[in-house]
Amino acid sequence: MAEAIVPQTKQQPVGDKISLITGSEAIAVACKLADVDVITAYPIRPYDTVMQYVAKMVSNGEMDCEYIVAEGEHSQFEIVKHASACGARVFCGSSGVGWMYAMEALTVTPALRIPMIAMVGNRALDDPGAFGTEHNDALAVRDLGWQLVWVDSAQEALDTALIAYRVAEDRRVFLPCAISCDGAFLTHSQAMVKVPSRAKVDAFLPRYNRGDLLLHPDNPITVAPQANEDWLMEIRRQTAAGMERSPMVIREAYKEFAQIFGRDYGNPFFEEYMTDDADVVLVGMGTLSTPVKVAIRQMRAEGKKVGFVRVRWFRPFAAEDLAKTLGRFKGVGVIDRDFSLGSPYESGVLTSEVRAALYPAANRPPLLGFIAGLGGREVTVPDVRKMSDMVQQAAAGKPQPATTWIGLRE
Amino acid sequence: MGRLFAVEIVYRGIFQKTLAKNISRAIVLAAHREGKPGISFGRYGDSPERNGIPAKSFAIVATDDVTLEEGMAKYEPKEVDVSICVDDTLCKGVESWAWYGQQPINKLVKPGGTLIVTSLLEPEALIPMMHLKEQPYRLAVVKGTPSFSGLWVYKDDHTDVRILGAIAKVMPELFSLASIQETIREEEKKTGELKAVSAQRAFDRTTTVTVKPDQGNKEVPYTFKMPNWTEMREGIAIPSIARGHQMKDPDSGKMGGFQPERNTTFKKYLTRTMRPVVNFDTCIKCTLCWIACPDSVFDVTPDGFYDANMAACCGCGVCEDICPVDNCISMINETAFTDNASQWEAWRKDKPAYDKWLVATIANRPERSHGFRYRGQYEEQVPDMLKIAQQG
Repeated sequence: MAEAIVPQTKQQPVGDKISLITGSEAIAVACKLADVDVITAYPIRPYDTVMQYVAKMVSNGEMDCEYIVAEGEHSQFEIVKHASACGARVFCGSSGVGWMYAMEALTVTPALRIPMIAMVGNRALDDPGAFGTEHNDALAVRDLGWQLVWVDSAQEALDTALIAYRVAEDRRVFLPCAISCDGAFLTHSQAMVKVPSRAKVDAFLPRYNRGDLLLHPDNPITVAPQANEDWLMEIRRQTAAGMERSPMVIREAYKEFAQIFGRDYGNPFFEEYMTDDADVVLVGMGTLSTPVKVAIRQMRAEGKKVGFVRVRWFRPFAAEDLAKTLGRFKGVGVIDRDFSLGSPYESGVLTSEVRAALYPAANRPPLLGFIAGLGGREVTVPDVRKMSDMVQQAAAGKPQPATTWIGLRE
Repeated sequence: MGRLFAVEIVYRGIFQKTLAKNISRAIVLAAHREGKPGISFGRYGDSPERNGIPAKSFAIVATDDVTLEEGMAKYEPKEVDVSICVDDTLCKGVESWAWYGQQPINKLVKPGGTLIVTSLLEPEALIPMMHLKEQPYRLAVVKGTPSFSGLWVYKDDHTDVRILGAIAKVMPELFSLASIQETIREEEKKTGELKAVSAQRAFDRTTTVTVKPDQGNKEVPYTFKMPNWTEMREGIAIPSIARGHQMKDPDSGKMGGFQPERNTTFKKYLTRTMRPVVNFDTCIKCTLCWIACPDSVFDVTPDGFYDANMAACCGCGVCEDICPVDNCISMINETAFTDNASQWEAWRKDKPAYDKWLVATIANRPERSHGFRYRGQYEEQVPDMLKIAQQG
């Protein structure tokens, strides 16, 4: 398929157009390139930047899709769910409490095997009404069958959206995927993005084929009847099997993406930065990668061997792979831009997941959890240095608190 | 380990939910008076808020707490000492929302256990409806019209206490007549004394007959194999039932009419307490029954009649109600029938014989008391039932 249409572009990624766009706009551009059929919208900051840009492209005649502004997020997600059941490629998204308002629609989507792609412009959950980024919104669906991925640049946002369609719409998976973009840092700052040609995207992304699950008069089926304890275990097991097959499909998609678009993300599940010779590493998700990388370069100049592991795919969670990687170091510090009150060791969500992933590992380095950057508070370079110092102390055998709030007025 | 007692009450959803609950609560309360702990519960999966759906309540009692826990450690008992069937049409079998397939009414009755049925019929008429059972068991009839009422109204016709009196007779180890009478007096402040007398009368007059392994309906109950998770279509999507097909005229062999395909895994006819009987000679082929039927029960025959398919009908009576011709469709108590055969085929085969059968069936129709039909109905029924209660 790919070979037949654009063999030359594999060698010529420079054919891309360069645009100065935000992370949100990059996602909107991906929707255009993927020729999405139905998009639903309901305004909430920071996600609304996506719908504004989509609306602009539709009104300019650049993009052909059904664009429906719903009366609330619940309907917004329900509409695309049904459109997807009818064979349409769909897109929607939300932020913070808007995402939570859609929760009932979010819970039904994975079990119906709807490959919906949603963008979550990460936003703190009310109260108080706050615009800034926190990851608790997207993480709220982590147990339900949603694939969850975090990106840290506009380019990665565009590329990941295309990859997400490819993975979600693969019949082996058929599960929704939410792409998390940190509010403000990614949704509202513009960067140079390589926008690929439609031909490349067509080569990468097959048409959505719902097969025997298609809601259509020619394929009479009943979807989601009442089913009690006689059926629930089997239905959940089927959804679980889709998630279990997802890592293999993600790997295939990134590999082919690199071939067609000329951008190779390496390990799809997490990015490693200066880890080759590191003594200790920090782990985190999203745009806090920028201050972390800057701080690491500073510390490296001072002879401190610190590295960074940026988790992209939170669901499926690459537990074995990550545990093996983290087992190489003398200490690990996980930075959560979220909280999980009353959880083990009062940690954030990512910390608990990493700690659980490490439990069966041969090497289990000391692990510290940090709660930082809530509500969009800046994670500063000195913050990163402080966290890194604590991890080094723990690695040297000096006990440290299991969880520390960073950047808090105390 | 002490002794465990299990009683099930098989009832019709909505119409008898309160009745079943009252019986199972009183069993536990009466046993409690004798120092035996117990629990009472309705099976959740039955979803009994549906007209006529067969459903079950259970009372589990033990001689001590540890033994009771043994009985509670399962979703429902595998066998019961006493099974109570509060509507005689349930003797034909039970198809619940909670499982797939048909279960005989006597399925859970222990060898030598007792099945108590409320009915105006004699054991000889009830036994042929009930499926064969490998081990002998006992059958007791509490005489009376099966007591039906609504979800929010309760028809206090003493059915509950008469059954409780019968239990004290067939299984005195569970509770004595005195214990159940004390319970009744305490639970029913106003009518307790009168109801305790009804319990006494039922106790005095309850007798049992033994049902032997060769007695009963020889039909094998239909079953359904549950697919495993890799065999099921994903996405909670199930293939729809196919549309249907034409029917063959038994005389000319010509194809015509329309018979819809029907659900093979949930047949629903055991929800039925009455069935429509059709007079094809007076039918004007107006189509109203066919249109109004909520379950697409009517097959359109090649000669343009509407034949209510008894494998699909749940007996709601909408067809009788909407039919513009007097006595063209008559709802008749389900106990009057022994099979689900096509009425239209019988009529086509031998019209005089069918007409004779029709007249006799309607003339001899047993009392029907299935749900609320008009204001004042329950007030009319209670005195009749109390008269029966007095006679035992």
